[in-house]
Amino acid sequence: METKIKIDRVSKIFGSKPKSVIPLVKDGKNKEEILAETGHTVGVYDASFDIKKGEVFVIMGLSGSGKSTLIRCFNLLNKPTDGSIVIDGIDITKSNKQELKKIRQEKIAMVFQHFGLFSHRTILANVEYGLEIRGVSKEERRAIAMKNIEIVGLKGYEEKYPDELSGGMQQRVGLARALANDPDILLMDEPFSALDPLIRREMQLELLDIQERLQKTIIFITHDVNEAFKLGDRVAVMKDGHVVQVGTPEEIIEEPANEYISEFIKDIDRSKVFQADHVMIKPNALVSLKDGLNVAIKEMEDNGISSVYVVDRGRHVQGIVTIDDAIQAKKDKKKLTDILRSDYAVVQRDEYIHELIPKALESKYPLAVENEEGKLVGFILRVHVLSGLVSEDIVESEQYYS
Amino acid sequence: MGSFPEIRTNLGDYVKQFVDFLDTTLEGLFEFIFFISSRTINFIDDVLVTLPWWSFILLIFLLGWYFKSIFAGILYGFFVFLIGSFGLWEDMMTTIAIILAAVIICLIIGIPVGIWMAFNKGFSNVMRPLLDAMQTMPSFVYLIPAIFFFGLGNVSAIFATLIYALPPVIRLTELAIRGVDKEVIESAQSFGSSRGQMLRKVQLPQAMPTIMAGVNQTTMMALAMVVIASMVGAKGLGEQVLVSINRIDIALGFEAGISIVFLAIIIDRITNGIAAKFQRGIN
Repeated sequence: METKIKIDRVSKIFGSKPKSVIPLVKDGKNKEEILAETGHTVGVYDASFDIKKGEVFVIMGLSGSGKSTLIRCFNLLNKPTDGSIVIDGIDITKSNKQELKKIRQEKIAMVFQHFGLFSHRTILANVEYGLEIRGVSKEERRAIAMKNIEIVGLKGYEEKYPDELSGGMQQRVGLARALANDPDILLMDEPFSALDPLIRREMQLELLDIQERLQKTIIFITHDVNEAFKLGDRVAVMKDGHVVQVGTPEEIIEEPANEYISEFIKDIDRSKVFQADHVMIKPNALVSLKDGLNVAIKEMEDNGISSVYVVDRGRHVQGIVTIDDAIQAKKDKKKLTDILRSDYAVVQRDEYIHELIPKALESKYPLAVENEEGKLVGFILRVHVLSGLVSEDIVESEQYYS
Repeated sequence: MGSFPEIRTNLGDYVKQFVDFLDTTLEGLFEFIFFISSRTINFIDDVLVTLPWWSFILLIFLLGWYFKSIFAGILYGFFVFLIGSFGLWEDMMTTIAIILAAVIICLIIGIPVGIWMAFNKGFSNVMRPLLDAMQTMPSFVYLIPAIFFFGLGNVSAIFATLIYALPPVIRLTELAIRGVDKEVIESAQSFGSSRGQMLRKVQLPQAMPTIMAGVNQTTMMALAMVVIASMVGAKGLGEQVLVSINRIDIALGFEAGISIVFLAIIIDRITNGIAAKFQRGIN
């Protein structure tokens, strides 16, 4: 995927002479030293990373970690003290007033933690605001606003005022207002933190749903690990102004860059981050349709297992045979195809562990994992599902396989 | 001995020289102010006096009803009727005209000054002690330069009233603009609003309830100046109070006094009601 935003060595210093502190940052002095020496606060410390087009990029950190400061750099609500922010090949930190206005009007929109709605305007007028600023005609902006109000599910509330709506609905207005501008990039500063858990979950799903349809580049701030890993294609973890690690949720969980991150992700619900892919084992024992009963029995004996999957040439699962059936069939002179059982369970490789748990419990056999083309790519035993839930490395041993 | 040494700072003389200087150099300006103010007062007064008496009572009733309740409307209408029955109808109209003119000028000056103070820290730092002085200086003192510039009459009254009543609307405008929620400002910025759009479409409307509270206070202070202003020749209810003091006329004094109280109640409640409407976001 192409790079949409590239930030390079961005620092944001607060104080009377922020520029004077930059050499200290470059020398690698830490936040406390700089505060003690110069009285300046470091908001963001030398941050560099890329954001790809169409991805949900989550910046996660506790309060005071600099995440809100950083997100405000992307639309220059905070002008970085140093470094560059390149969007679509243009360094926005060098833009003049007019260019900045244009970028804000057309390219980037923002959603705020406490919604930032205009309490003196109706919902419709709130959503119209960005278009009004751009000078879009009254009829056109009304039509666009109505469409976006409908997207976020608030049809019928156009003439209400923000204080007549619940928190969740107000944030929908905030989202509709941002979407109405049809920006490439959506900045979301802890948009769901002020909502209660049930509404939050609902909004998260809805955001994913909207993202599926609209494919924006989203930068999303949160202090909630579960939210970060649920929404983020990639996650950046911040601490004391530093970006400590950038990676996919799986990468971060599997290889936390340091103690801090391990501590942070301790409480993560792993069953919602890891997919079948991560816990399955490669199919070491497989029987092809054209193989006979003898091959099947040998496969099982060699591997010390009591059942084996049977696949066709394209590796599509045709059924499963058990050792007991196979031996009985051999006595009865039956063929392999006669004793194929079909009461196995197939799962997709991108299914989350929490979805696998009930299937693994019900199935007598290992779960068969398919890829997008329906090819068998692995097995999952109950024990794998369990081991996927704890943070230690999964022990791939055949002694479980019986 | 404990007596103060022979040191005399002639601050008063300097101020007098300054006022003289102003009077000669800015004569044109003062004439212009005089012209505008007297025209405004006379216009408002003429309109109010030519209104049929019952229609004015009806107007007060409707305002009270709209901004408070039907009961308040009836009460305020009755108050106005009572003032008329004291034989003070025309004096009341003159007083209202003076107050209205003073308040209108206060807003025309005060709101922009307040906005500017909110945006410019330096200007705010200069203005603040000045506003403090304007409010704490005994209001009689303003009467002297007022007479000096404008002679006896309603315009002097307005000038003195202005100085006294201006600070609240300036202060509350500044406070209101500064007090607009940071996220709301950020969100307006994030859409690429220009400074003018921000002020017009976001800051002023958001600040309106607080600014209206300032308007309420300014109006009440203007009313408080009514009697004092009559010492420089303002007509109206204040003049009647002054006359009654000179004649030791208890009856007239009470009637004119209570009329001012009635006016104060009506004006306070109605402007408060307007502020409350803004507070609820209906505009």
